[in-house]
Amino acid sequence: MTTHSQKNVWRSVGSFFNNGLSSLSNFTIDSMDVVFGALQRVVGLRGMPYIFVLPNLLIFGIFIVFPMLLNFGYAFTSGIEFYPDQRPWTGTTNFEQLLDCTNYFDPNTCREDIFWRAVFNTATYVIFQVGIMVVISLITALLLNRKIRGRGFFRSIFFYPVLLSPIVVALIWKWILQENGLLNGIITGFGYDKIPFLVDATWARFWVIIISVWAFMGFYTLILLAGLQAIPSDLYEAADIDGANAWQAFYGITLPLLMPSLIVVLMLSLIRAVQIFDLVFAFTGGGPGTATLYLVQYIYGKGFSSPSKQFGLAASASLLMAGVLVVLTLVQLLFRKEEKA
Amino acid sequence: MSSIWEFLTRTRGKNKLHVTDMITYLYMGLSVIILFGPVLWLVLSSFKTSAEVVKFPPRLLPYRQENMEVEGYEEPLPLYNVTLEDGSVVQLAQVRRIGLEGQMVDPSNPEEIIKVHIDDREPVEKVVFSLDNFREGVESFNFARYLRNSVVVTVTATILTLIVNSMAAFALAKYEFKGRNAIFLIMIGTLMIPLSVVLVPVFLVITNVGWNNNLLGVIIPGAATPTGVILLRQYMLTIPDELIAAARIDGASEWRIYSQVIIPLSRPALAVLAIFSVMWRWNDFLWPLVVLSRSEMFTLQVGLNSFQGELNVQWHLILAMTVLTLLPITIVFAFLQRNITTGIATTGMK
Repeated sequence: MTTHSQKNVWRSVGSFFNNGLSSLSNFTIDSMDVVFGALQRVVGLRGMPYIFVLPNLLIFGIFIVFPMLLNFGYAFTSGIEFYPDQRPWTGTTNFEQLLDCTNYFDPNTCREDIFWRAVFNTATYVIFQVGIMVVISLITALLLNRKIRGRGFFRSIFFYPVLLSPIVVALIWKWILQENGLLNGIITGFGYDKIPFLVDATWARFWVIIISVWAFMGFYTLILLAGLQAIPSDLYEAADIDGANAWQAFYGITLPLLMPSLIVVLMLSLIRAVQIFDLVFAFTGGGPGTATLYLVQYIYGKGFSSPSKQFGLAASASLLMAGVLVVLTLVQLLFRKEEKA
Repeated sequence: MSSIWEFLTRTRGKNKLHVTDMITYLYMGLSVIILFGPVLWLVLSSFKTSAEVVKFPPRLLPYRQENMEVEGYEEPLPLYNVTLEDGSVVQLAQVRRIGLEGQMVDPSNPEEIIKVHIDDREPVEKVVFSLDNFREGVESFNFARYLRNSVVVTVTATILTLIVNSMAAFALAKYEFKGRNAIFLIMIGTLMIPLSVVLVPVFLVITNVGWNNNLLGVIIPGAATPTGVILLRQYMLTIPDELIAAARIDGASEWRIYSQVIIPLSRPALAVLAIFSVMWRWNDFLWPLVVLSRSEMFTLQVGLNSFQGELNVQWHLILAMTVLTLLPITIVFAFLQRNITTGIATTGMK
C-alpha cells in the first residue's frame, strides 16, 4: 500500500518537474521564435544561416582568430610593455634569440638555453609517453574485447582516471612518490634503500611519463575498443574455417581494420602530449632544476610568472609550437583522406 | 608465442576457462590495483593525523593514539603500553617526554611519576576515520566558494557551448551559403590549436574587455569549440533534409526547425558534447589560472593548486582537500559511468 502511494507521489513530483521544465523550454523556444522570426523577416531565408553561425563566429573570432593574429604582433615586437601599440617593432629578433645555438643538440650552447631544454624535454616526453600509452591502450582494448565477466566494470575502472583533474592526479602521485611515501615504504620493506623519485632528474622524467599514461590511457582504450567492436565477427569465423592461426587473424584482420582508430589515437595523443602542462606543473613544477620543464610551461613562465615578463619570447615560442601542431594536424588529415580513398 | 597471439586476437565465443582467460583476468585484476589503488590510498591517508601522515614506513589505515583524561592534568594524556622491568605490560599515560625518557603516570594512581625509557613503550592505538582534517582544511581552503565557482563555470559554459555550437553546426550542415566552406576550413585548421598557444594575446583581449577575475572570462573564450561544431555537424548531416522541407511547407520558421526538429534528433551527439564539455571545464586549469588572480574567484583546480603551494608540508590538509575536490566528479561518474563510457566509445571524438 505505502509503496504504491509513494510511487504515485514520486510520479506526480516527477511530472510536476517534467511539466515545469517542458513549459519552461517551450516558453524559451516561443519567445526566441519571436526574435528569430523578426530577424527572418528582415534577412530572409537566405540570411538565416548567417544568423545561426554568428554567435559562434563572434566568440571564435574575438577569442581565437584575432588573438592568433595578435600573437604575430607580439612575436615581432620586444620590450616589457603589455599593450601592443607601446611595443617597439624588432622584426625577427625574438626568433633569432630563441633559435641562436652553436650546436642544436646541446642546449648549453644556446642563447635561450631554457627554451631548448624545454624542447628536448618535450620531445623525449612525447616519444615515450605516446609510444607506451598507445601500446598499453591497444593491449587493454584487445583484452577488454574478449568475452570476460565484469567487462563494463573494468572499462569504467580504466576510464575513471581520465575524469580526475590533472591537479588531483598530480597530488595523488606526489603523495605516493614523496620521500616518505607509500612506494618508498614498500621498497624499504623489501630491504632496499629509499629512492629520491622526485629529486632525481631521470626518475622525475620517468614518473611524469608513467603518471600521464595512467591518467590518459582510458580515453584511448575506449576509442580502440569501439574500433574493435566494429569489426564483424564473421570475418574471424571465415578465417578460422580457412585455417588461419590467431597471429594471421590478428595481422590480416584486426590490425588493418583497426588502423583508422589507431591513427586517430596516435594523432590525438601526439597533439595532446605536445601540450602537456597542468599535470607536471602541479606534480614537479618543472623541476628538479629544469628536468621536467616542457614547452607550454616555458611559454606560461615567460608571459605570466617570471618577474621580467618577456611576452615577445612567449609569443614566438608559442608560434613555433603552433607550427608543430598544425603540421601534426595536416598529417592526420592526409592519413584520413588516404583511408577514405 | 602463438598462444599469446591467440589470446590477444581471439574474439568472444568459447566457453571454458582457457589459460588466456586467466591471463586476461590477471591483467584486469592488476589494472584495478594500479588504477584504483592510488585513489584508495589517497582517501585512506586523508583521515590520518598530521603525526601519522609523516610516519615512515606508512601504514595502511588511519591509526590514532588513544588519549585519556587523568586527574590533575588539564589536557588528555596519550596512552602507552609499557613493558616494565619485570616483563609485565601495563597501560600508562605519558605526562611529558625528556630526551630518551618518558615520564608516565598510572591513570589509577596519578600522583606517582614513573620514568620509562622510550624504547620500552608502545602507543595504544585504534583505527579512527576522523573528519578533523576536512574540518581544519576548509578553514583556509574555501571549498564551498571554489565549488560554487567551478559549478557555475562548468554548467553555464556547457549550456552555452551546446547552444552556440549546435546553431553553427546546423547552419554548416543544412544550408548552402557563401562563405560556408571558408568557415569550415578555418574551424578544421584551428581544431588542434589550444588556448595555451594564444595565451598572451587572449589575456590582452580579456583585459581590454574587463573580464579579469570574472568568471565570464573563463566561460566565454572556450565556448566556441571547433571540436564541438564539427562533431555536431557530422551528426546533423545524417538527419534527412526532407524533414526540414516538410516543416517549411507547414510554415515553420527556421528557428522552429532548429529547436524542434534538429535539436531533438541530435540528442546523442549533444550528450557526448555535454560530457566532453563538462570534463574540459571541470578539469580546466591553465586558462582559469591566467584569468583569475583573486582567490575568491578561483575554481576548485586553481584553488587546490595554490593551496598545495601555500602549505608545502601540511600533507594531512592537502590530502583531505584533494579528496573533497575529486568527490563531485566521482559521484557523477558512479551514477552515469555506463552512459559516459558508451557515449564516448560510440562517437570516439573524431
